[in-house]
Amino acid sequence: MELALDIVSWIFLILGAFFSIVGGIGIVRFPEFFSRLHGGGITDTMGAGMLIIGLLFQVKHPLVGVKLMMILFFLIMTSPASCHALAKSAISQNVKPTLDDRKRK
Amino acid sequence: MLMFYVAATSVLITIILAMIRAMLGPTVFDRVLALNMIGTKTVLLICVIGFLTGRTDFLDLALLYSLMNFIGMVALLRFSEFGSFGQEKS
Repeated sequence: MELALDIVSWIFLILGAFFSIVGGIGIVRFPEFFSRLHGGGITDTMGAGMLIIGLLFQVKHPLVGVKLMMILFFLIMTSPASCHALAKSAISQNVKPTLDDRKRK
Repeated sequence: MLMFYVAATSVLITIILAMIRAMLGPTVFDRVLALNMIGTKTVLLICVIGFLTGRTDFLDLALLYSLMNFIGMVALLRFSEFGSFGQEKS
C-alpha cells in the first residue's frame, strides 16, 4: 500500500517537474510577448496542478490535505484571471501580436 | 524523500529561467509575466520544502503568499495602465 502510493506520487511529481521546466524554457526562447504568455500559462496550470496532486498522496493527517486542496483551488481560480488581465492590459497599450501573413491558396 | 529533492530542484531551475526573462525582456509586460511566474513557483517551493523537512505548518505561508501575489500583480497592472491606483475624487 505504501509502495503504490509512493509510485503514484513519483509519477505526478515527475510530470509536474517536466511541465515546469518546459514552461520555463518556453518563456526564455519564444520571440514575442504573446507566445511567452502561453509558456507562463502552461507553468501555472499544468505544472502547479500536477505538483500539488503529487503531494496530496503523501499526507499523513487530513487537515494537511484540506490545506493543500485550498491552495490548489485558489491557484486554479487566480492564474487564468491574472493571465487574462495581463493580456488585456497589453492590448490596450498597443502591443501588437505578430501575425502570420502568408497568403493562403 | 528523493522525490521531494527532484521536485524542489526543478522548481528552482524554473525560477532561475524566469529571472533571466525578467532581466532581458524589452517591454514592461515581459517583466510582469516573469514576476507572476516567480510568485507562483515560490508558493510551490514552500509547499515542497514543507513536506521535505516534515514541518507541515509551512502550508499556511504558501496560502497567504499566493493571495498577496495575485493582489500585487493586479495593482501593478492598474498602475501601469492608468498612472494611479484608483479613481480620484474631484
